[in-house]
Amino acid sequence: MISGMTELRHKYLRHHKKFPHVWCPGCGNGIVLGAFIRAIERLNLKKDDIVFASGIGCSGRMPTYVDFNTLHTTHGRALTFATGIKLAKPSLNVIVVMGDGDATAIGGNHFIHAARRNLDLTAVIINNQIYGMTGGQASPTTPYGAQSTTSPFSNIEHAFSIAELAVAAGASFVARGTVYHAAQLDKLIEKGIRKKGFSVIEVMSNCHVQFGRRNEMGDPVTMLKWFKDHAVSKDDGSSLPPDSLHDKFTVGILADEDKPNYIEAYKEIREKSQRN
Amino acid sequence: MNAIQTGEKRRMKHELNGKKFLLQGNEAMAEGAIAAGCRFFAGYPITPASEISERMSYRLPQVDGTFIQMEDEISSLGAVIGASLAGVKSMTATSGPGFSLMQENLGYACMTETPCVVVNVMRGGPSTGLPTSPAQGDVLQARWGTHGDHPVIVLSVSSVSECFSITVTAFNLSEKYRVPVVVLSDEVVAHSRETFTIPTADSIEVADRIVPNVPPEWYKPYEDNSRGVPPMAPMGDGYRHHVTGLAHDARGFPTERPDEIEAFSNRQFRKITNGFFEIQITKKLTVEDAEIVVIAYGSVARSARRAVAMARSQGIKAGLIQLVTLFPFPKNTVVNLMRQCKAVIVPEMNMGQISREVKRVNTGLTEVYKYNRIDGKLITPMEIFEEIQKI
Ligand SMILES: Cc1ncc(C[n+]2csc(CCOP(=O)(O)OP(=O)(O)O)c2C)c(N)n1
Repeated sequence: MISGMTELRHKYLRHHKKFPHVWCPGCGNGIVLGAFIRAIERLNLKKDDIVFASGIGCSGRMPTYVDFNTLHTTHGRALTFATGIKLAKPSLNVIVVMGDGDATAIGGNHFIHAARRNLDLTAVIINNQIYGMTGGQASPTTPYGAQSTTSPFSNIEHAFSIAELAVAAGASFVARGTVYHAAQLDKLIEKGIRKKGFSVIEVMSNCHVQFGRRNEMGDPVTMLKWFKDHAVSKDDGSSLPPDSLHDKFTVGILADEDKPNYIEAYKEIREKSQRN
Repeated sequence: MNAIQTGEKRRMKHELNGKKFLLQGNEAMAEGAIAAGCRFFAGYPITPASEISERMSYRLPQVDGTFIQMEDEISSLGAVIGASLAGVKSMTATSGPGFSLMQENLGYACMTETPCVVVNVMRGGPSTGLPTSPAQGDVLQARWGTHGDHPVIVLSVSSVSECFSITVTAFNLSEKYRVPVVVLSDEVVAHSRETFTIPTADSIEVADRIVPNVPPEWYKPYEDNSRGVPPMAPMGDGYRHHVTGLAHDARGFPTERPDEIEAFSNRQFRKITNGFFEIQITKKLTVEDAEIVVIAYGSVARSARRAVAMARSQGIKAGLIQLVTLFPFPKNTVVNLMRQCKAVIVPEMNMGQISREVKRVNTGLTEVYKYNRIDGKLITPMEIFEEIQKI
């Protein structure tokens, strides 16, 4: 097992170039990166065929560390760059990692439109319920009533449920995982990349420094346990009484549909345009 | 006949080269882009630029390119930069409000040295302003709109034929120097129709970015060389590297080392300075013995051309410098003429944006007069002629 991990590390990390990384000890981002690498390994994709793009934030630093075609774009706009790359070279597997603020505040419009458009991209959204990089300000997923550095008296805005938002916006594949359920996360990311069409994997993650600390959530291990205790698998959720679910969230696959995808449809547009 | 051959035959039908059309400036821009090798366009509708998007949506699939209508102008330029990073020449087109939204990603293109062409068909501003009237209020925004010190190339067009040829030039400079190139058009040029014969393919000079010829493990995407323009590997061709809007070292990784940052920034300016000879484009009319020189660009240059001819017919020694390149400002050409003439007149549809540049380079050589209109109306030949007569 250890040797397998070491092998993956050597194969995929730019370890001699760009470490140590910028993340705080215990940050969930490392678990997400591990799951991503294991998913890529299982998919047996060539490194040259992978584009790994990000926006700005702690999550945005992730591509720096891995040996793919990597792109660190502007805050909230990673999906737009990914759209251009995929359309220019459809053979590339384009995977985008974003933070919750990145994807649903400044990049919210791009996010819903990417889902609606159904271009074959995979979006991994690390939801730590806070703006990590800038110092713990409230994000669109900060819970109602929570403390943040811009809601020092309590957050009076209501939180987005990212995965449900993606389903409503029309994404082909939508899943939610957590950094506690790491083995499941590998599989969700793998399925998302396999899916032809727009895929979203929301990952509940701990920012014990900016979110947990101010909200008495404890150390990283305690926060991970919180995810364990509050996650309900999609199948179990429907059989439980609704009032037992009020502080819970669903994990697993929320949508998996086959819809015409943009690249295929555009091929037909080209055919049509050239016909006469 | 195999599938590829049939496809090739079909495409041939959509070659417009050598054929004559009655074209709008906007349409000619789309054709110029295609002739330059542009195969990706992303845009968002806005008057008076929408016809560029519309024509691209029709024409690009015919030549196996891709058009996409994005959710706004921020995403349009994002997609354009993405496509260019993947090796496809790309363009977007907009007008004032959209150009404002593009500023952040324009800086990203500067920082990552990603070639792309951004067209701004200027209309009256600020804000929603005058959607269907011409203006030249975005000249300094095109130069300085994105934050941070950065070099950028800004070109302008004054006729349908320039809409075609200068768009080709924009792509060529963008590819050669790895910079975004902004092309400023305006409502009058964009919507005027003129007959125009699309040049044959062999008469159009097309430049492509230089790709690396070293093995991937030797490739440093931002390494300096004599031109100051590193070769650019398209994503997916084996040259895996990192691209970031953070200040970066020669390999593309974030750095905070002052020596690396200084070297990077200096190279950005040096590569453009090295290219002044081909980047700074001007057109001259009867300047040899001119005592009064009009300096104009865009649709105003058309009026100026006429005004200069009128002045000449009255025996006034007038001449015109049409600035095709606005930035880097063609200082040498302008200063050389300033040495010989009595006065310079700078008519503009703004309160004096290029006239500031003209005054900046003047250093007491001549008198500089400005003539401005900001009411949404084109400056007429007569108005410029009268200004010439006053001197
Ligand atoms: C246009 C713009 N506005 C603001 C910022 C500052 N900024 C950097 S990261 C960030 C928030 C990051 O939070 P999130 O997306 O949740 O990611 P995390 O850091 O938690 O991974 C902000 C607001 C920026 N870089 N660009």
